[in-house]
Amino acid sequence: MIDVVNRQLIELLQQGLPLVSRPYAVIGEKLGLCEDEVLVRVRNLKQQGIIKRLGVVVNHRRLGYKANAMVVFDVPDSLISQIGGHVSRFNFVNLCYQRPKQGSQWPYNLYCMIHGKNKVTVLKQLDHLTESCGLHQFKREILFSKQCFKQRGALYQAIENQEKVINNG
Amino acid sequence: MLSSLHKQLLNDFQQDLPLSATPYLDIANSLGVTENEVLAAFKELQDQQFIARIGSVIAPNLIGVSSLIAMSVPENKLQKTADIINQYPEVNHNYERDNRFNLWFVLIAKDSESLQEVMTDMELQTGYKMLYLPLLADYFINLGFELDFND
Repeated sequence: MIDVVNRQLIELLQQGLPLVSRPYAVIGEKLGLCEDEVLVRVRNLKQQGIIKRLGVVVNHRRLGYKANAMVVFDVPDSLISQIGGHVSRFNFVNLCYQRPKQGSQWPYNLYCMIHGKNKVTVLKQLDHLTESCGLHQFKREILFSKQCFKQRGALYQAIENQEKVINNG
Repeated sequence: MLSSLHKQLLNDFQQDLPLSATPYLDIANSLGVTENEVLAAFKELQDQQFIARIGSVIAPNLIGVSSLIAMSVPENKLQKTADIINQYPEVNHNYERDNRFNLWFVLIAKDSESLQEVMTDMELQTGYKMLYLPLLADYFINLGFELDFND
């Protein structure tokens, strides 16, 4: 479904769109494609939902949003998509996922991420969320981030290495 | 100090840039400034690390396989364990969180076999068990994150 050229294109887009007048022409040069072809591929990748968005990725911490909480809930599987849909509508919720429960040591299946300028704000937003979505009844834990050990690794290095093996025969 | 142009660029273009050959010119036209002003402002935001990049966000698990992983590590072993984990190129976003499960990171590998191999190796190298928490459903509707520039 995703050919090698599209993977390379995605890797370049992940690194960042060049800050020049014709950024897609610059990307095209690296891939041996013309500007139009790059744009067609990017549009297709967006249409297929492979690229979810292509825009400014802000650094929340640097902009003063220093508190980041991952809140996990134990909700019934039968209600999770309804609750997830509701929770994700709040603009202070950055991510909202279902993940598998892991027995009694970690019985949570709904994860949401809340960014705020400080813990007090985040907890207020969480109260608002809990109230609005009727989440009181569910067991939950709030995990604030402390230190960051690594922000972003070689995202697709493993895949690239694999392709090099294929390309080199 | 952020100018009003900086703030507009930060707030209004998180979701999508104009998908044309000249996105920065299109932004400039929509804001009534010149392309050079837009390029210069983005460069300043990037240099000062207000933006990580102007780039794509990819749907999970379409390219490669990923999972969130959690580990419960004694406080005095945390840095050492994080250092071991960070050596793997498959690791992204490795954070300490205030919980009994205190080390949280994302693993990305080319397929589930590789992911499993990395996890097995990590458990062996660190001596701690991991919680495997892959994505089952994504409910997030991305409307962009509205920044509040007051205070």
